[in-house]
Amino acid sequence: MATYNLKINGKSLEVSADSDTPLLWVLRDELKLVGTKYGCGIGQCGACTVHLDGIAVRSCSVTASSLESSNITTIEGLAKEKLHPVQEAWKEIDVPQCGYCQTGQIMTASSFLSRNPNPDQDAIRNAMQGNICRCGTYNRIEKAVALAAKKLS
Amino acid sequence: MENQNKITFSRRNFIRTSALASGGLLIGFNFFSSCKEAAVPPVDISQLNFKDFNAFIKIADNGYVTIYSPNPEIGQGVKTSMPMIIAEELDVPWEHVSVEQGALDTKNFQRQVAGGSQSIRFGWDALRQTGATARQMLVNAAAAKWGVDASNCSVSNGIITNLNGEAFNYGDVVDEAANLEVPENVSLKNPEDYKIIGKNATNVDMDKIITGQPLFGLDYVADNMKYVSVARPPAFGQKVKSFDASEAKTIGGVSDVIQFGDKLAVLATNTWAAMKGQKALKVEWVDDSNLENTDLHDQELNKILDSEGLDVRREDGNIKKAFAEADKIIERTYESPFLPHNCMEPMNFYANVTEEKVHLVGPIQTPAGTAMRIANLIERDPEDIHLEMTRMGGGFGRRLYGDFALEAAEISNLVKQPVKVVFSREDDMAAGIYRPAIKYRIKAAIRDGKVTGYHLKEAAINSNMYGLIPNFFPAGAIQNYKVESGNYKSNITTGAWRAPYTNFLAFAEQSFFDELAEAIDIDPVKLRLDLLANVKDGEDESIEYSAERMTNTIKLATEKSNWRNTDKGIFQGFAAYYSHNTHVAEVVDLSMSNGIPKIEKVTVAVDCGIVVNPTGARNQIEGGVIDGLGHAMYGDFSFKNGRPQDVNFNTYRLIRIKEAPIVETFFVDNQLSPTGLGEPGLPPAGGALANAIKAATGQILLKQPFTKEMQQRKTDITI
Repeated sequence: MATYNLKINGKSLEVSADSDTPLLWVLRDELKLVGTKYGCGIGQCGACTVHLDGIAVRSCSVTASSLESSNITTIEGLAKEKLHPVQEAWKEIDVPQCGYCQTGQIMTASSFLSRNPNPDQDAIRNAMQGNICRCGTYNRIEKAVALAAKKLS
Repeated sequence: MENQNKITFSRRNFIRTSALASGGLLIGFNFFSSCKEAAVPPVDISQLNFKDFNAFIKIADNGYVTIYSPNPEIGQGVKTSMPMIIAEELDVPWEHVSVEQGALDTKNFQRQVAGGSQSIRFGWDALRQTGATARQMLVNAAAAKWGVDASNCSVSNGIITNLNGEAFNYGDVVDEAANLEVPENVSLKNPEDYKIIGKNATNVDMDKIITGQPLFGLDYVADNMKYVSVARPPAFGQKVKSFDASEAKTIGGVSDVIQFGDKLAVLATNTWAAMKGQKALKVEWVDDSNLENTDLHDQELNKILDSEGLDVRREDGNIKKAFAEADKIIERTYESPFLPHNCMEPMNFYANVTEEKVHLVGPIQTPAGTAMRIANLIERDPEDIHLEMTRMGGGFGRRLYGDFALEAAEISNLVKQPVKVVFSREDDMAAGIYRPAIKYRIKAAIRDGKVTGYHLKEAAINSNMYGLIPNFFPAGAIQNYKVESGNYKSNITTGAWRAPYTNFLAFAEQSFFDELAEAIDIDPVKLRLDLLANVKDGEDESIEYSAERMTNTIKLATEKSNWRNTDKGIFQGFAAYYSHNTHVAEVVDLSMSNGIPKIEKVTVAVDCGIVVNPTGARNQIEGGVIDGLGHAMYGDFSFKNGRPQDVNFNTYRLIRIKEAPIVETFFVDNQLSPTGLGEPGLPPAGGALANAIKAATGQILLKQPFTKEMQQRKTDITI
């Protein structure tokens, strides 16, 4: 067990973890930031998506020990004073059913839109292809990403 | 059509009120027993106390309303739609309503289940009556305060007015209302006057979901809680012989390894350590019974289909005669694999067994039954069991089975510590309670261009279609009709999977009807409509569907989809299916690109009676259709020597956004009592897709998943 300094949602936090511990479990079990979800542990489902320096990354597939120089943003840090436009769009379109995968979907979408502010349908679908929604809310995810793009422009 | 506003009630809801010490009114009512026909109220209602209720409405001094919902929420939306029904009759603005998950304990709350798409159907009368009763009490209190007759008062949006133009907010009269008799036979609103029902209401947990607040079982933590990863036999039919935990115990954070039954539990201070500990265990597993293969299941199911004397589920007329006199006989066998549920939130449960009580927290569709099984398992008084339900990251039937909760309770009972059992995805997929592999053989007799005989045989693993299904369409529409079934007992655990049996049966029958239409040389939709014309609603009470409602639903779907009148290059497939009391018709629009089918759009028509929450209702249909298409296309799950061959999403394929078509949903407009939507959208999807693929390629699909079937028979495809 070693100690690491991580910069999460703008705060510097000291965490203790074995060097091979995925960021996912440090967030969930050590820091109680449980908005980042566990779905598969092998980077296939996207439920654990966070931002590293703004880029969407699967937190199950990176170790916390390698991230001391990164700015980590989790779903809990996405909204600043008010909801992020992606979250607003998710609410307006009434996307979730069970809701479990949606934080990962929102983190993937918000990172994508920061790099591609005017995506077409194909670009949205390509960007969201790595996130599984078992309830099948894909129609609404697509609409919400398009709406968020409008809100951001 | 039944009249919605003239139903009279006794006090079957056991409504009772109380003044709150902090001000305001609390109304208790019984969500479930009250609304089922079999429910019997206790003899002396005055002896009831609040422990007899499982849901509450709290009206605060400012008129704001909190509804404590007891119902498990698995993504089907009832935590939003059920309170909407109360709020409608209570006549308060929806913005003034907040919804909380009721605080639960199993001694007092024993009628809560999420399953079978029945919450809204069973809740409809009780919820309306509860809201209306509360409204009438508030009006009576205001009338008494004014010294006028209640019939001279009116109410709207939480404000009561009298003929003199005076007004009270609900909050002004709650204290007085709490002391009044509960009125009986209150009047309900006319559907034309609805202000909340029929309007879009956003998911009540939206803000918590989109900001990542703790909601789900996996998010629950307690002081000193140990995370537990369980090693279960890797193959069905095996048990543990011996194990060596020395290496697992060297992993930082692992505190203990214990055996319970044929499983091993690794306890740790965090999930990662527990999972690593499980992997580090050295276990010798030995065979305890047969280790089964998919090939064996295949052979056994075929044997059943080839045998005579299966269990007859329904028989009309004389099918022998019909086949003997037929001009043409068509027979097909349809096959489906096992399927895991794959809820995005893997199975998990918290348990803390102490001398005083048993505290359980987690996602479960059957809290009461599970609590009782735990009481039996660890030999405790059921009164000691306190179970809290969390929001569920999907259910699809998997969370009807409390195996994971029993494991947590058993482990906590052994180690005397609070524990949370967490399944990895691999654990979740390998220790499933699967949709069983099933085969259907359907044979039809055609004479003079009419379907005169229909014989369906079901061969399934472990158990067969439940009682009502043999009475679904085409029962009643074909004079000579027989459904029979048989099963093979396997040691692989099986159970309900979203729309049990019909999730595959609908594909088999709806594909078969397209072949019949071709044999008779009529439009496949016309064949269904002709058959439905043979059925007079109400004539045979055992028939489950309504021919009139199904006909209207089909017509809406064909109109909205431009059936057989689409652009060049679009191939359409049709299916219609009644299940879970809801009628659904679907048209798949498909295009072909280099021999690969692309689903462009699915048009869906639904008759679920009154649509309580349109946005939630559409969401269920969109999800059900996409789920149905995804599993029909990709769902494949096999066993070798008792071991599941796929345990994670790298090899087990679920539908993703690029494969998901646009789903357009249309509701039949009527004022009939509402029925559920969690399941009925799914069954027709596979059949509509198979029929579209047949229209595009000529290929008849008999086996799911379609991608595998199409690949194996690639040479058969002619475009």
